[in-house]
Amino acid sequence: MKILVCISKAPDTTSKIAFTEGNTKFDENGVQYIVNPYDEWYALVRALEIKEAQGGNVTIITVGTAADEAVIRKALAIGADDAVRIDADPKDAYYTAVQIAEYAKNNQFDLVLTGKETINYNGSQVGGMIAEALDAPFISVATKLDVNGSTMTLEREIAGGIEVVETGLPAVVSCAKGMAEQRIPNMRGIMAARTKPLQVVAPVSVEDMTSFVSYTMPNAKSACKMIDPSNMDELVELLHNEAKVI
Amino acid sequence: MSVLVYINSSTGIHKSANEAVTYAKKLGGSVTVITNGGCDAATLASLGKYGADKVLVDRSVNSNDDQQLTRMIATAADSVGATTVVFSHDLTAKAVAPRLSVRMKAGLISGAIDLPSGDGTTKVNVFSGKAFGAVKVNTSKKIISLLPNSIQPEATGSDCAVEDFNGNAGSTNVKVITTKKPEGEIPLPEAELVVSAGRGLKGPENWGIVEDLAKALGAATACSRPVADIGWRPHHEHVGQTGVAIRPNLYIAAGISGAIQHLAGVNGSKVIVVINTDPEAPFFKAADYGVVGDAFEVLPRLTEAVKKFKG
Repeated sequence: MKILVCISKAPDTTSKIAFTEGNTKFDENGVQYIVNPYDEWYALVRALEIKEAQGGNVTIITVGTAADEAVIRKALAIGADDAVRIDADPKDAYYTAVQIAEYAKNNQFDLVLTGKETINYNGSQVGGMIAEALDAPFISVATKLDVNGSTMTLEREIAGGIEVVETGLPAVVSCAKGMAEQRIPNMRGIMAARTKPLQVVAPVSVEDMTSFVSYTMPNAKSACKMIDPSNMDELVELLHNEAKVI
Repeated sequence: MSVLVYINSSTGIHKSANEAVTYAKKLGGSVTVITNGGCDAATLASLGKYGADKVLVDRSVNSNDDQQLTRMIATAADSVGATTVVFSHDLTAKAVAPRLSVRMKAGLISGAIDLPSGDGTTKVNVFSGKAFGAVKVNTSKKIISLLPNSIQPEATGSDCAVEDFNGNAGSTNVKVITTKKPEGEIPLPEAELVVSAGRGLKGPENWGIVEDLAKALGAATACSRPVADIGWRPHHEHVGQTGVAIRPNLYIAAGISGAIQHLAGVNGSKVIVVINTDPEAPFFKAADYGVVGDAFEVLPRLTEAVKKFKG
């Protein structure tokens, strides 16, 4: 069983979000990068559980610059066997997906896992794009994944409920809460991560399909209006006449 | 210009579908809807009121298989010469729109919250709702996935024609074993009113007062992450950075302190009401209306006030 787990870096969830260069670039000043939580907690940990139960190999892949190797080492510390960095600074999801699909195609993975979205761009795009490029089934926002030989059983959210599905391998799955529990790397894992193989691969040539031109921050909220806890009629009145939401 | 809108009609036509059609109409040009499954023609025809010129329906596709849906939508886009495809940014869109983007070589804008502006960029939510980005598409075709509750549906027209359509969807590689229905009645991402509670409620047995208020308002219920993690409430109710991001008209939060990760999931809400015993709770800084008080007293009182107001 060869599993490829796609990881992305993301600013720590407590990071202050700000922009520079005329609001065209994310301000990285003082920002700590982490492995995108969906990629780490669900995709990577589930991949490791499958490997522990039935053997195989877990490779992590990211499209990024040398600066992103710290994030790769964090993922290796959790237990991945090896890592691949496609040496590029990706501008959009399509660029990223094409690079990963190309590597997956050339190296014959049984299963490609992603998180359901990143917490910085929230696009939910890369997994589906990889699947289309590989012409493989894509199970999105899966909350459970079990591999039985050459097929998989999955649970996923759909419009109006939950669906239990079965599909063959190879396939691409985007992973959400419920699939696994977060693992904290131990000291042995952190030490081992330093010497695990990290292969740097040149990107294939591809044009971006979208670009972020600028960013804005939401307008600051005006001061909160305090209501007497004994006077809920006033709150209802304000919600109706002032806020006009009920 | 020809715009194609994909609608998931498997559980009927929801408000989010009417929003997507209204959005497509406002982009200009002709609007064709493509859908699949067993929804009856009269219901589908109602999309005409929101601006659809016609609805194409492929009755042979009855699954959520992303490969089949991608082929079907691509066939429809070709047949009507669509240069823009619009989705509502729901679970189906998250599976299908990226595939379609690769197939059609059309740049994908995920989570749009507004119509394209004069400079051709479209505003989207980024950093889990903490900021907005302006996205430009570099390809001649584009796909826009519209976040629910971003624009108001506008019914100005009348019913439109509904035609059977063969989308050449091909076979499926995904076998559906079972489908489970959700517990809640209103899907959380689409709900206009949401009542949410956190650890301040002290235990799952106390959720009755939250549900009572939700019922009085016609609202969906939600919760904070700790509450979902310890199993007081189901995971699909968890709103926040790692849960569901919502943007209802009204979000009422009781017994939730308002950690930055929780705010990330709800700060698109138009109006936020915070009920908390701690006047220093950070959530008050993000709230429009605040009540410093005990949820066990305030929530039932608010429920009574809502009932009185509704008569």
